Amino acid sequence: MTLREQLREKISAAFYRHGLLCASYPVPIILFTSASILTCCYPLLRLPLPGTGPVEFTTGVRDYSAPSSVPRGELGERPDWYHGLPVAYIQQVLVKAAVSPWDSSLVPVDAFRSPLGRVFNLLEEIRNHVHNDGSGTRSLESLCLQVTDLLPGLRRMQSVLPEHGCLLVSPGNYWQNQRDLFDTDSDLLKTIHKHEPKGLHTSATLRDLLFGVPGKYTGVSHYNKRRVVTYTITVVLSRYDASFMNSLRSRLKQLYPSANCSLRDDHMVHVHFKEEIGVAELIPLVTTYIILFAYIYFSTRKIDMVKSKWGLALAAVVTVLSSLLMSVGLCTLFGLTPTLNGGEIFPYLVVVIGLENVLVLTKSVVSTPVDLEVKLRIAQGLSNESWSIMKNMATELCIILIGYFTLVPAIQEFCLFAVVGLVSDFFLQMFFFTTVLSIDIRRMELADLNRRLPAEAGLPPPKPGPLRAREAPPPSRPSPHTITLQTPPMRSFPRLPKRLRVVYFLARTRLAQRIIMAGTVIWIGILVYTDPAGLRTYLAAQVSEQSPLGDAGGGGLPPHLGVAPVFRGADPTSTLSVHPPPEPTPLPENQSQGHHAAPRLAILSQGPPPAVPQITWGAEDEEGWRRLSFRHWPSLFGYYNITLAKRYISILPVIPVTLHLTPQEAMDTRHPQDTRHPPPPPAPPKPPQDLQADITLYKVAALGLAAGVLLVLLLFCLYRLLCPRNYGQNGVATGRRRRGDLPCDDYGYTPPVSEISPLLLRGHSMDIECLASDGMLLASCCLAGQIRVWDAQTGDCLTVIPNNTLRRSSSSSGCWEQRDGWDSSTTGPESDCLCSEAQDLSVGGDLPSDDEGYPLRRRSTPVRIALFADQPDLTPLIDTNFSFQPSTAAPSTCPTTGLSTSPSTPPTGGFDFGGLVERAYQEHEPPSPSPYTSPSSASSSPPTGAGMLMQRRASLGETAVSPQVQERAVTGGAQADWDSSVWAMDLRGNLIAAGRSSGKLELWDAVEGTLRCVNDDGVSGITALAFLNNRIVAARLNGSLDFFTIEMNKPLGLLQYRGAPSRAALPASPCYSSEDVLSCQLTRSVQCAHQKPITVLKAAAGRVVTGSQDHTVRVYRLEDSCCLFTLQGHSGGITAIYIDQTMVLASGGQDGAICLWDVLTGSRVSHVYGHRGDVTSLVCTTTCVISSGLDDLICIWDRSTGIKIYSIQQEVGCGASLGVISESLLVTGGQGCVSFWDLSYGDLLQTVYLGPSGDGQGVRQLLVLDNAAIVCDFGSELSLVYVPSVLEKLD
Amino acid sequence: MPRLEDHCSCTSKHLSGAKWFVYKAEEMMSLITSMLSQAYGSLHDVRTANLIRRGLVLFTVGAILALVLNLLQIQRNVTLFPEEVMTTLFSSAWWIPPCCGTGAAVVGLLYPCLDSHLGEPHKFKREWASVMRCIAVFVGINHASVKLDIDNTVQLSLTLAALSLGLWWTFDRSRSGFGLGITTAFLATVISQVLVYNGVYQYTSPDFLYVRSWLPCIFFSGGVTVGNIGRQLAMGGVEKLHND
Repeated sequence: MTLREQLREKISAAFYRHGLLCASYPVPIILFTSASILTCCYPLLRLPLPGTGPVEFTTGVRDYSAPSSVPRGELGERPDWYHGLPVAYIQQVLVKAAVSPWDSSLVPVDAFRSPLGRVFNLLEEIRNHVHNDGSGTRSLESLCLQVTDLLPGLRRMQSVLPEHGCLLVSPGNYWQNQRDLFDTDSDLLKTIHKHEPKGLHTSATLRDLLFGVPGKYTGVSHYNKRRVVTYTITVVLSRYDASFMNSLRSRLKQLYPSANCSLRDDHMVHVHFKEEIGVAELIPLVTTYIILFAYIYFSTRKIDMVKSKWGLALAAVVTVLSSLLMSVGLCTLFGLTPTLNGGEIFPYLVVVIGLENVLVLTKSVVSTPVDLEVKLRIAQGLSNESWSIMKNMATELCIILIGYFTLVPAIQEFCLFAVVGLVSDFFLQMFFFTTVLSIDIRRMELADLNRRLPAEAGLPPPKPGPLRAREAPPPSRPSPHTITLQTPPMRSFPRLPKRLRVVYFLARTRLAQRIIMAGTVIWIGILVYTDPAGLRTYLAAQVSEQSPLGDAGGGGLPPHLGVAPVFRGADPTSTLSVHPPPEPTPLPENQSQGHHAAPRLAILSQGPPPAVPQITWGAEDEEGWRRLSFRHWPSLFGYYNITLAKRYISILPVIPVTLHLTPQEAMDTRHPQDTRHPPPPPAPPKPPQDLQADITLYKVAALGLAAGVLLVLLLFCLYRLLCPRNYGQNGVATGRRRRGDLPCDDYGYTPPVSEISPLLLRGHSMDIECLASDGMLLASCCLAGQIRVWDAQTGDCLTVIPNNTLRRSSSSSGCWEQRDGWDSSTTGPESDCLCSEAQDLSVGGDLPSDDEGYPLRRRSTPVRIALFADQPDLTPLIDTNFSFQPSTAAPSTCPTTGLSTSPSTPPTGGFDFGGLVERAYQEHEPPSPSPYTSPSSASSSPPTGAGMLMQRRASLGETAVSPQVQERAVTGGAQADWDSSVWAMDLRGNLIAAGRSSGKLELWDAVEGTLRCVNDDGVSGITALAFLNNRIVAARLNGSLDFFTIEMNKPLGLLQYRGAPSRAALPASPCYSSEDVLSCQLTRSVQCAHQKPITVLKAAAGRVVTGSQDHTVRVYRLEDSCCLFTLQGHSGGITAIYIDQTMVLASGGQDGAICLWDVLTGSRVSHVYGHRGDVTSLVCTTTCVISSGLDDLICIWDRSTGIKIYSIQQEVGCGASLGVISESLLVTGGQGCVSFWDLSYGDLLQTVYLGPSGDGQGVRQLLVLDNAAIVCDFGSELSLVYVPSVLEKLD
Repeated sequence: MPRLEDHCSCTSKHLSGAKWFVYKAEEMMSLITSMLSQAYGSLHDVRTANLIRRGLVLFTVGAILALVLNLLQIQRNVTLFPEEVMTTLFSSAWWIPPCCGTGAAVVGLLYPCLDSHLGEPHKFKREWASVMRCIAVFVGINHASVKLDIDNTVQLSLTLAALSLGLWWTFDRSRSGFGLGITTAFLATVISQVLVYNGVYQYTSPDFLYVRSWLPCIFFSGGVTVGNIGRQLAMGGVEKLHND
């Protein structure tokens, strides 16, 4: 035992114990896990919530020094971004100007022309300000932020925004900072509006940028009632020089003193901007998230065979998500602060961690044997997958470790997170998910217990007879032979056409409603964000008033100060005292000018007229930039390709400037064209704010209207698409509508109503046991031993090979006479026998020598009806019939022979099948069964694979016991053995190979009904037959396998058979003409092919595959009967095998397992546990495997992955019969009906009822013919169902 | 098509006989109708329809991925102007997504074709969840190539090469996949090299002969990813691709 195996064993054992633990104490473990998740996530509370809004930090101005570039974590009150120099310092000079007193001679333009004109003076002042102290002379040029080119895409702004110099913006930029341009501008507003962008804008506009206050506060408008113009001059500095700033501040205050201004100027605000998330960045992010969701969707779709699929999927997602949260929390706890953008790396983390383990666990646990205890199932499932889970985990850790050594910080961080995430994910999988899984599986078991008796593998389900009696009555159907689209209660998917499904989905989830709601919310969000109506500023003002930050400045002050005494404006008040400039610096030449200007202004502003515009300074002016969009600064810097993302700017306190202008000054600056504007109407029709808001309102209304119209159009289109054109028409149109109502016209193969009507092939008197077909012909054999050959295309009965007419076949003369008589009398009627007359012919077939007036026919009809009416007792009858058929038939032989010699002899009880049935019926009814029926009733199981076999064994025993039958077997000799029953049959060309319970192999001519050859080398009953080319393989009850070869001998009259030359006119068969004498040679007999009886035998592609009760499958080569492989893997007897020309081999056993094998190598491809109890039949298509079991489930598996796609719950006892018509059409048998399913979606397409009273009779055998017809047995009848549209599709 | 044009030129030259003209026109019409019917018939052929469907899906996926990844590349240099980015994206390089889509369709159809020719069907992790994972990793590699601030281009290239090899190992593990991926990477790099050399396209910071040195890695992983999608499409015809 290598180290690896030891390790593997240990790991497996540990997982087993762990699984036991988890399943034993689910609640404590879930509590423990939740507690640990919460504990690990606790540090997350300290992380700031993500958002893109800027964050602020306020420091004092006086003791300000630029923070060091090294982040210092110990300073608790400092945010972590506050280190290093800011991108820029921003100094705003807030100018409020008004013409006062206002008199009526002034035109509206005067309200802003001269105030705007003063900006040039101010600019001059600021530009030329020079501060000189001991360290040297500093001017604005040396301090300001020097910018270079604008971005290439912004050519149209080139004339407005400064380039190659100081970043200094003001309204003067509209006129290139040149006074004469301003003076010659005839229409200022037009110039301003010229640069406004069209349509809805999301970022700050140029007007906002230049004016520095939101557009509606500027007062630059014809309809400005207050006649106060507000604008700012924004100076962007790269360095902060306190002395220079102070001198500038005091200088400006000196020049333009602001009366009643009590703005605080001792705080500077640092604004940190988060990373920008634009549309361009959002798209990749959204894409990754979509991919993530697709991944989760496709992963969780694979969860199956659990009680609550969605619950488990949710648990899986929760596991992954909380493991990620835990990893972040743990990393934070240990001091690793995440620097990566969490939202960006999150999808990749989920993908790296993956949902695979969870799914593997689920699959493994689910595929453990269902009869185990839940605890053991969990433990076993865990230990099965332990090795691969550990291996995967080790691999992933290794990869991540390699990633760690790339030494790229970002990758290292990612890897670190991924490692912690992986470990916590493993922890959660082991504890949380396993426990949830155990709870789920326990729930499923409970539900199953409630639903039915615990079906243990191998135990036959309760007798169908009484069950059927208790069953609910079948849904009422309008008429026989019609298709009802009933919905069985236990189906995985609702059967609906696609488009209806879409509509129902929409209706169910109210998707449209929600989308509209979300759209409205987004719309409102955009409105607030772009802020056309000033809502956001209002909110911001509200917030700033309430917040402690804003409160510090404005709390004490009333928001509106009213008219303050103008005289106080003369003395430079507290601001100067607060900031004493470092002593009256030697100002160059504007010092004196300033001294002159101040008194002049003071004098000018004396004498307050009644109409004086009020210039007030309120708290809202203190931090006027707050009213701007928070994209204001990023856009300003962005124009020069400077990003503010993850950086900060420092905003210095504003410098207030108050300008009062006399009307005379205003008139002096007037442009000649200004007077052309009409004087303002007494009541301005639309105040500016309202105007703007109204425009927005109209925009919104128009957009809403357009959206509404679009919606209506969309709905109309949807309506037209969904509803047929001739909706309200009557008569014929309604009929057509019914056709259109049929589901799945998208797929094209759903036949209209009239085209599917089953063709009933009547003729057998007993239940059909064997069915065989080669596409053209169809052979059936009933329990009475009668073989009938039908034309598979038309349903005509071609040949009847009767059973009991050829009794006492040792007397050859009687036999041949009989055959001649039969040939002459009945071949004519037989050949054109139609289904409507099948009733007659069935009797005729049983008693071929009778003429038409035979009385039994009259009697047989009511008996048949009684049979159908009395459903519950039919199946027991069939079973018993099978077993004691020889003995009950034995007494009838004597009269039969008598009958054969003299046709006019009246019949006796031996022929009376009605009486026989009635007797059997009576024998079954009393509680104490007769000795004959007791063994059969004990073994009365539904005639599925294993049950059938038991039946056969019983009948064999019966045969052996009965001395008469033994005698028959001996005396039968080379002739056809009529006493033993046909157990297996196959049909190729025109030859029927029939294997009998006595071990004989007979070859019949299908067209002529003659016995061509008999081989009685074996004595054990033939349980299965395969007929390929000229070889026949027969599997026997004792486990041996015989290979026969058919040889064609030309010489005539050599053997004991009659050549029948008179029948040469009949159509010659393709393979073996009737002239040839055939012989069937046993080429090889594998004596001990299996230890136990062979249950299944299938042959295709030159291989013969046998399955036996000894749990093995063997593969033989057909040519040389060489055993290629013995496939072991089942833990029960083999009950179903599928092999086709493409060498796909699937086997199902009594353990409910399905194995897929590679025929070339003999290796097992996949192994799944799908059923409780036996797997009764198996079919493969190119993509999937379809299996049915004793649990009446039909499961559809993905062939390549072995994952169950979905399952269909069948009616009780009808699970065994299924067939695949095309790649996407599955047909299953039910109680008196066959159902068509869409294989890809699991939708029930149609149910075809076979008979008028078609309940009760289960369809147990179903054969799909090459021409897309289906043959199924239906009691004693055969039903031929055409699916014509499939035929068209196959072309 | 060239034949048709020949006919046209012929007719323009010889307008002598109306009869001849009618005859020629008739011939042309019959030619056209036969071509059309042939095309129509081939549409009805299930296999061809399937092929076209797969090609369309692959084209869409390729175009969308190209668009998104191109956006990712652009966004690194220009962060602040969504409008501008959108305009430049849709004006200057409109031909990139169709080209990438076509390439994706070709590669994605080649993979299953090669598999079937080599006779070794790809059986490793054949399910949509795995394909989605593969796409996510591919986008992640692109993301990393854009977002990682690695000064040393050699280091970046090596890292990305290791990542793309890991992608191949995790999701493909077939020799044909590796070979085709290498071929794709080589061809695509050569094509982009030629394009850049002729000045059709330009990289902002070329580091190796006018292109970025990590480009082959991206192309390789892209080839593997698209091949994965193509194989999955070829295998499970019934399942629809989740629209992304």
